[in-house]
Amino acid sequence: MEKRHSVPLGTYFMIWFGLLVLTGVTVTAAGLHLGKLSIIVAILIATVKGTYVLFYFMNLKYEKRIFKIMFAVALSTFMIILLLTFVDVSFR
Amino acid sequence: MPDGVADAAHHDLSFLTASGKHAGLLSWILSTDHKRIGILYLTAVVSFFLVGVLIGLLMRIEQLSIGETIMKAQMYNAAFTLHGVIMIFLFIIPGIPAIFGNFFLPLLIGARDVAFPRLNLLSWWIYMLGATLAITALFTGGGPPDTGWTFYAPYSIRSGTNVTLAVFAAFILGFSSLLTGLNFITTIHRLRAPGMNWFRIPLFVWSTYATAWIQVLATPVIAITLLLVMAERLFGLGLFDPAKGGDPLLYQHLFWIYSHPAVYIMILPAMGVISEIIPTFARKTIFGYKSIAFSSLTIAFVGYLVWGHHMYTSGMSDTAAWVFSLLTFLVAVPSAVKVFNWTATLYKGAIEFSPALLFALTFIFLFSIGGLTGLIQGALLTDIHVHDTYFVVGHFHYTMFGGTGFGFLAALLYWFPKMFGKMYDRRSIYISWFFIFVGFNLLFFTMMIMGWMGMPRRYYDHLEYFHTHHVVATVGSWVLAAGIFFFFYTFLKAVRSGEKAPSNPWSGSTLEWRVSSPPPPENFHEIPTVTGGPYDYGHEIEGAR
Amino acid sequence: MNGIAVHGMELHRDATGARMGMWLFLFSELILFGGLFLLYAVYRSSYPEDFHYAASHLDTAVGTINTLILLTSSLTMALAIGVLERGNRRLSSILIALTILLGIVFLVNKFFEWSAKFDHHLYPNSEELLLHTPGENVFYALYYSMTGLHGIHVLVGIGILSFMLYYVARKPRRALTLREGDPSSIIVQDGKGKKIWQHQTGEGVFGVDLTFIYNEHEEVTEGTTIKLENSGLYWHLVDVIWIFLFPLFYLIT
Repeated sequence: MEKRHSVPLGTYFMIWFGLLVLTGVTVTAAGLHLGKLSIIVAILIATVKGTYVLFYFMNLKYEKRIFKIMFAVALSTFMIILLLTFVDVSFR
Repeated sequence: MPDGVADAAHHDLSFLTASGKHAGLLSWILSTDHKRIGILYLTAVVSFFLVGVLIGLLMRIEQLSIGETIMKAQMYNAAFTLHGVIMIFLFIIPGIPAIFGNFFLPLLIGARDVAFPRLNLLSWWIYMLGATLAITALFTGGGPPDTGWTFYAPYSIRSGTNVTLAVFAAFILGFSSLLTGLNFITTIHRLRAPGMNWFRIPLFVWSTYATAWIQVLATPVIAITLLLVMAERLFGLGLFDPAKGGDPLLYQHLFWIYSHPAVYIMILPAMGVISEIIPTFARKTIFGYKSIAFSSLTIAFVGYLVWGHHMYTSGMSDTAAWVFSLLTFLVAVPSAVKVFNWTATLYKGAIEFSPALLFALTFIFLFSIGGLTGLIQGALLTDIHVHDTYFVVGHFHYTMFGGTGFGFLAALLYWFPKMFGKMYDRRSIYISWFFIFVGFNLLFFTMMIMGWMGMPRRYYDHLEYFHTHHVVATVGSWVLAAGIFFFFYTFLKAVRSGEKAPSNPWSGSTLEWRVSSPPPPENFHEIPTVTGGPYDYGHEIEGAR
Repeated sequence: MNGIAVHGMELHRDATGARMGMWLFLFSELILFGGLFLLYAVYRSSYPEDFHYAASHLDTAVGTINTLILLTSSLTMALAIGVLERGNRRLSSILIALTILLGIVFLVNKFFEWSAKFDHHLYPNSEELLLHTPGENVFYALYYSMTGLHGIHVLVGIGILSFMLYYVARKPRRALTLREGDPSSIIVQDGKGKKIWQHQTGEGVFGVDLTFIYNEHEEVTEGTTIKLENSGLYWHLVDVIWIFLFPLFYLIT
């Protein structure tokens, strides 16, 4: 079997707790009237939460570099598609 | 040798006749051997291709005379829809990767099989399921779909024909493509033979790799698009329905976000085939290995950025129109790099003429015409003139048929001896080439002319003004079809009774030529260690025959 | 051939390759949902007030509870893999079962949410919904399609984890391939001479495949660990998608 980085189980609990806290934060932030900023804040917090799940629960942090590169490729593909679609939609 | 496996005296078995757990047909359709799976795909894909050709011939016969010739308008609409669906989803997209990628990828990198052999078999079964569903759509519900293979909303939502099933079939076929791509990426990363670093892999492997990334990242977009069409037809979801706040243009965006990269799924493997054939028959190392490798990746990447060029006249914003036009011109560059490098490889090479080379050279010629006409459409002003005319039909047949189609035939000519251990009759192939080439240009160049003159596409009937052109094109289709059928007849004859083929009939230098023809089930008795690049012709005088 | 001495061995597996394949599949899932997120983004920019208004009719409390449920299920999933890697099949099975349970609770909540909306006649193509503004129609279309597609993925995940529960809980097996020999004359014994060969699974391409069970040890095979890791990756992805769905539908009020 390959040698793999073993995440201490306690770390999982810490991450989970952090995710719960962030959920609380995002729900609270939704209650504040931030106007246009509220969607940005919500997406930002979701990105942090998502990153925690990806890096620690899904072990991406400890994987070989190629995995991170592949993830970046997939993510940027989606972002570019989103961007180019808005080049149409925003200018109609 | 893995632990726990007792060695045996090696038999020179052919994978074609080796026996395993099952016998007869079951030993093929339940086989996880990538070579058998490649041949399963070959049988299915070529069968569907010939069906697609027949439908095309029927369409051309309808256009032989003004007014109804052999079918009514509804049937004609169904015919061009089916022709597109079959050719695109059942032939061109799977074609070269599923057949030659499956058969040769492990051989080219010195592996025994792909990373996930059982997933590979599943991919074939999913393909057959999708094909069956597509055929079922012809005979059930409201009859065969009449929307065009592009299934544009709102008509695809409203059409009484069996769009739902047809679209579901395409959805299923997408899974086959996706899983194959996933398999190939992992295979190339993990199973290369010792010493085969990234810049020693053959160029067909590079193009398969780039194609596989498109298969993985673009296919899901068409998947969700087709699911939404089904949801709208079945549940009245309304995301593309203006009456419910939806925007039909978003359908077009989502559709082309997949379907443009899809054309690169179609052409990249064919280009990879040409990159294998040219150095072999020029007896010379490929010119600019790295630029060809990177051009494959570049095409795959930039191919994602140009989809809007299918939508210039759709109501898209002007800003988007010129942005997409600019990006479209960029994507032509890496393709041109390949053409220049192939030509440079041939220059001062020791050219050995053969059927594979002939078809490869024809590819370069026909694909270049297709590519250049693509630029005419990429430019905004000229596109307004030719959009939705036969010019477009001519363009994509030059690229998809003149390009991928000829690449497919070239691959077959190059690798058939390895796959089946038999040789085909070269003279018959040269004869069939002549008919194919003449018929092809008669048919499709005429289309470009009449498109330029204003003949719209997907029209059941035509004005007297275009009549001569249609007749010429139809005659061309007969010449082309004769050539195609003769071509495949020659192969069938070869499978049955062809001369036995040596392991390296073309003096090729890549790894597949080191094993017997056909290869043994485990590919290599011993996994080779690679010490040099793939096209090491520099110091060889005459390879072994 | 007589008297082959065979040591219990595993087929060589490529765990990294298996994970790589799984990640590639997950990328395709991301893009699948990405298409819907794209539509959401475009329509939200077209109908900001309608989205705001329609979202206020969704129950934030239920959405939040569902978020906490899925986050916790990711914890139990990660722990299930962690303890399996440390050799504890029993605890791992319990954690997998917990994950499944949480997934079911999530779906039950979803069912009640959707039922409430259906009771108010707010479903695709309903006459009631057509009386609302176009923007609200689009909001609900996206709500149902996105949470629906997500729910299907949760259901599939529950199915996968149920299989995994079986694999992890049962005694481990190892497979062996021999190139030659008559299977009926082969005997595989443990150190104490007890026959531990279970049955022949048939002829592979290269010879004979045997499957045998370790009776003595509760070892965790590499194959099972790989499968569970990949199942975990899938499950976590379903969680990540919800992490983004939650604010976009429930928190934009």
